[in-house]
Amino acid sequence: MRHLMSPLDLSVEELDNLLDLAHDIERDPKKYAHACDGLKLATCFYEPSTRTRLSFESAMLNLGGSVLGFASADSSSAAKGESVSDTIRVISCYADICAMRHPKEGAALVASQKSGIPVINAGDGGHQHPTQTLTDLLTIRSLKGQLHDMTIGLCGDLKFGRTVHSLINALIRYPGIRFVLISPPELRIPDYIREDVLRRNNIPFEEVKRLDDAIPSLDILYMTRVQRERFFNEEDYVRLKDFYILDKKKMALAKEDMYVLHPLPRVNEIAVEVDDDPRAAYFKQVQYGVYVRMALILTLLKWR
Amino acid sequence: MLNISGIQEGFVLDHIRAGMSLSIYEHLNLDKLDCTVAIIKNARSNKMGTKDIIKVECPIDALDLDILGFIDHNITVNIIKGDKIVEKKELHLPRQVTNVITCKNPRCITSIEQGLDQIFLLTDEQEETYRCKYCEEMYTK
Repeated sequence: MRHLMSPLDLSVEELDNLLDLAHDIERDPKKYAHACDGLKLATCFYEPSTRTRLSFESAMLNLGGSVLGFASADSSSAAKGESVSDTIRVISCYADICAMRHPKEGAALVASQKSGIPVINAGDGGHQHPTQTLTDLLTIRSLKGQLHDMTIGLCGDLKFGRTVHSLINALIRYPGIRFVLISPPELRIPDYIREDVLRRNNIPFEEVKRLDDAIPSLDILYMTRVQRERFFNEEDYVRLKDFYILDKKKMALAKEDMYVLHPLPRVNEIAVEVDDDPRAAYFKQVQYGVYVRMALILTLLKWR
Repeated sequence: MLNISGIQEGFVLDHIRAGMSLSIYEHLNLDKLDCTVAIIKNARSNKMGTKDIIKVECPIDALDLDILGFIDHNITVNIIKGDKIVEKKELHLPRQVTNVITCKNPRCITSIEQGLDQIFLLTDEQEETYRCKYCEEMYTK
């Protein structure tokens, strides 16, 4: 039995196979409409995340399976003080596979150690969010036709933005990847990503403060939201949230085949006027998220 | 000059950084052993200026040398049998340390999960870096 805690749990070959499967699902979804008949997905969400939860549920329903679960800690036994280890032991008796989101870092790993069913980390605090990464990789591969030899711009909250950390970890395994890290000094990527991931693997990167300066060289621009819940105080949040707003004027500086991705939800970091630009790929990305979660559920159930 | 005579079977932990012996005493759970333990603080040392020494009279397998390697792998471990040093053990940084240090990241699952071991993994041998198994927070001494 395998679990998915981090994008690095999958080898490059396994990842390529998964993305191939997702591509095949996109091409012919009817072929997979009964692939999970009689099977159940538990969505254990200790913090609200409608989008990710619905994406998982949609994926399982598309495969002919059923879903059960909870959408916040308040509506689970965690409110009574139950540990993650105990909860997953119980859930293992109810479902065939589990997607877990938890505000504490490492929670899904704790669950996987005691679980009788495959556990998918659907986000653990500011740490990892591997299925968002799989979504991002599928989106990039589908739009650009490759995952190598590209300049990837990551913009916004690079400190707490777990999607960014996961994406960097996954992309460095492909040749010719260069990063431009665009953030205010307060929200730069953590040291362990800069030192242990980028520098140690000799990955070319630069850290810049202005989106305008970086945008002309990019093949992909990955925008992120400055998340209110990651800040300890409101004042810091208000001061930083509007630093990096993508609008038509900035898009005019970008290449014609540069695509904009965003894990959503956006607040105001991408102006609505950008939505009609053919390079705005963030709503396509949502659909790819369902396909890749379908492929992941199928793959982990096959590996049981 | 200190000598190690008097121990029939046990250990002499030499070249402990001065002031660290009590911490090592705690980490090795020496208080729980029913045997003779001698702590020598601030002994003169040609190599270190001053050093601490711990003598423990106990069976050879009673000590967790991994913990010692984590605390300070420069400590010399002399194994004593029949009053004599029969072996000098080299300490290495352990791949994993369990329940020796705790994760300081308030967002880590270890801060709330009952009965969960505090596990740190060696992620960079050269830099002697340990990270929490769960949240990957770096341990700083």
